[in-house]
Amino acid sequence: MGFIVAQLLTGMANASALFLVASGLSIIFGVTRVVNFAHGSFYMLGAFVAYSAMQVLPGFIGFWASILLAGLAVGLIGLIVEVCVLKPIYKSPELYQLVATFGVILVIQDLALLVWGPEDLIGKRAPGFEGVVMILGERVPAYDLVLIAFAVIVLCALWYLFNRTRAGVLVRAATQDREMVSALGVNQSILFTAVFFLGSFLAGIGGAAQLPKGGADLLMDFNILAAVFVVVVIGGMGSIIGAFVAAMLISILQVFGVHLLPQSTLVLMFVVMAVVLVFRPWGLFGREEQAGEHGGAGPPQEPLRELSGRGRLVVAAVIGALALVPVFGGQFGTVLFADVIIFCLFAASLHYILGIGGLVSFGHAAFYGGGAYTAALLVQYAGTPMELALLLAPLGAGFAAMIIGWFCVRLSGVYFAMLTLAFAQVLWSIVFQWTDLTGGDDGILGVWPSQWASDPVVYYYLVLVLGTGGVLLLRAMAHTPFGYALRGARDSALRSEAIGMNVQFIQWMSFVFAGAMAGLAGGLFVFAKGSVFPTELEIAKSFDALIMVFLGGVQSLSGPIAGASVFTLLQDLLSRFEYWRLCLGLLIIAIVILFPGGIAGAGNWMRSRFSRAEVSS
Amino acid sequence: MTMLELANINTYYGSAHILHDVSLEIGSGEVVALLGRNGAGKSTTMKSIIGLVRPASGSVRFSGREIGGMPPYEICRNGIGYVPEERRIFSDLTVFENLEVGRRPARSDAPSWTVERLCELFPNLAERRANRGGQLSGGEQQMLTIARTLMGNPKMILLDEPSEGIAPVIVEQMARTIQELKREGLTVLLSEQNLHFAKLVSDRAFIIESGTMRYSGTMAELSDQPDIREKYLAM
Ligand SMILES: Nc1ncnc2c1ncn2[C@@H]1O[C@H](COP(=O)(O)OP(=O)(O)O)[C@@H](O)[C@H]1O
Ligand SMILES: [Mg+2]
Repeated sequence: MGFIVAQLLTGMANASALFLVASGLSIIFGVTRVVNFAHGSFYMLGAFVAYSAMQVLPGFIGFWASILLAGLAVGLIGLIVEVCVLKPIYKSPELYQLVATFGVILVIQDLALLVWGPEDLIGKRAPGFEGVVMILGERVPAYDLVLIAFAVIVLCALWYLFNRTRAGVLVRAATQDREMVSALGVNQSILFTAVFFLGSFLAGIGGAAQLPKGGADLLMDFNILAAVFVVVVIGGMGSIIGAFVAAMLISILQVFGVHLLPQSTLVLMFVVMAVVLVFRPWGLFGREEQAGEHGGAGPPQEPLRELSGRGRLVVAAVIGALALVPVFGGQFGTVLFADVIIFCLFAASLHYILGIGGLVSFGHAAFYGGGAYTAALLVQYAGTPMELALLLAPLGAGFAAMIIGWFCVRLSGVYFAMLTLAFAQVLWSIVFQWTDLTGGDDGILGVWPSQWASDPVVYYYLVLVLGTGGVLLLRAMAHTPFGYALRGARDSALRSEAIGMNVQFIQWMSFVFAGAMAGLAGGLFVFAKGSVFPTELEIAKSFDALIMVFLGGVQSLSGPIAGASVFTLLQDLLSRFEYWRLCLGLLIIAIVILFPGGIAGAGNWMRSRFSRAEVSS
Repeated sequence: MTMLELANINTYYGSAHILHDVSLEIGSGEVVALLGRNGAGKSTTMKSIIGLVRPASGSVRFSGREIGGMPPYEICRNGIGYVPEERRIFSDLTVFENLEVGRRPARSDAPSWTVERLCELFPNLAERRANRGGQLSGGEQQMLTIARTLMGNPKMILLDEPSEGIAPVIVEQMARTIQELKREGLTVLLSEQNLHFAKLVSDRAFIIESGTMRYSGTMAELSDQPDIREKYLAM
């Protein structure tokens, strides 16, 4: 009995920071409709700022003042991000806002490294709560109880704010219908900024309050991000009480999971989320989304055009140029451009479901990594030759996409995105933890191409053939009736159903096809590198693909190719600087703000300018 | 004295040209009906005035001031209240919280409203004060959306089809309410398909069809011209 209570309290204490961060994210999303990926970074900054403040401010009062100060500082940073980064792009499709907040993550990572250095910092114990309390014969850290009380106090304060103050009522009204709120005389712009401040403030005090328990380090941002999303999705986007309940649920399950089934801990919360979403697609306390409110890649687009004669010429020229890379690029260029081609295929496969299907997947790395691991495992355990492994990699990834897609296509918008993220994380955890099979963190080594393709130049040509073949296949599919049906389902799901299309089935099959193509990219990658590690399945990998697609522009088929090329080359270039994340982050933000159509969009824009100039001259 | 004047406004949704050189003017204290069939452009005219859509050209002057191109909240603060056709009640908020969202400071040149006064005008709302907006009947929601807008103490209100979809007894009550508002000195632009209702309350009428103004005159004149009614209003 005592043991169970003690575990329960530990779980609730762990839930405290999670709740604070998640409630902030939820509030921001509710009003501004921005899914703020940088929220984990705000949490991390809260811990760092509080650490520094506690060095200066002594004693009991100093401790709590530091937490408050960290909240205010992070709130201010959130405010700056909202005003400088997000305000200019509120009118863009919401996916651009996602990419912009991802840029903010990169910037904050390097700024934190710059200011606080690479070492993990250990937080001071809270004055007055250093000891343990005996509860039913079990020792419970006193600060755990403080954290639980802290979460409850914040919950009550938020309840008061939202139900008893005018500002809170306005925020709730805006969560429902911001346009009407503005027609009633409320300046939305100020409301958005205020909400961003509040949400960031909560993330900041969350990071600060857990300092005595968890310290501060540079991985905190990504480490909490997945859990925060899970909490917000389980609780329901925009619901604070939902965030509280879900944070408690997840954290308590987690603590018991550690004792009952230690392997389960990394996947447990994602399983809970998947179950909740299948039965309650809008979370426990969420409100059903209005159709078209979310998730769209923007307004209906111009029809895709078949390539014109000139377009075909350009494609042929690009392929021809790529074929010459080993001749002029040397070994370095050959290896680099093999990567570029592989990522083009990866990005193009994501674009197929995202741009054409309108389904924003946050977990596409599951299939890329899935293909990579399929090939590597086959080679490792069955001695499968490369040719067969490259054939089976897309099949394995497609099979994974079949299972995952079956669940995911039932949802749309943000919830679809979160569920794909969750499944990708599950797959990652399996690979990471099943050390006997996959080698865990050490990966699988020694996966080399067949004898005939062992020369890097020969392998490069193999990548060129299969990679461009995959990209062209994706393109061709977009122009088949199946591809048109997928586009139709994106632009008007209701109308498509009315004319007798089985929208979910089409989306499911497209998901499988896209997954298989990502798997091919993964397979090519393994043999290029000779090894594979769990990083190929990480959230960060999925984000890489998202950024490539958005950099290139969602609206055109050439977008992902442009985006992947630029991203891969840029990363290669920038990774030589110590603070390359800072550069990349700023660059991403600049591109999103200056060219909301992406690189391909900017190209189209210039082309239309150019051809108009031709006409007028 | 002219309160609101639209001069040759053109409004688009994307590339669809909806309003074509629409002009109208409304004097202080008048109740004016904007009549037209479904899809004629009445709601678009109202949205163009409050700024929810921005006219591509033309001018919107209110109390002698150009308001075209201002964001909705500024137009509202200039003294125009907007009551949307779809009502757009905040269904998660209580009745009183809905009123709170609309509250703005009193102004010297407009009737000023308090929750108490609005409860006298709409007795149902007082009874339902703690209910959520989503729990109200259609008629009650219509009352609430008007009351919410009045909380902003506007000089003029835009009422988009207030009689749509509510029971006949409530429609009569609505007509009395509008007459009461007129007595208070409020200027009203009312959009309607229901000529009978418009006659009960308005002094003058404009008729819009396919986004173009077709007619303007007093209610009495319109009664004498069955051909016009036939042409632009009959179903
Ligand atoms: N959001 C919109 N997007 C595109 N077209 C619209 C939109 N709203 C209305 N329309 C079109 O504009 C025209 C006028 O509509 P509206 O102003 O709502 O008419 P009314 O209020 O007189 O019924 C109609 O043809 C309608 O289809
Ligand atoms: Mg209308």
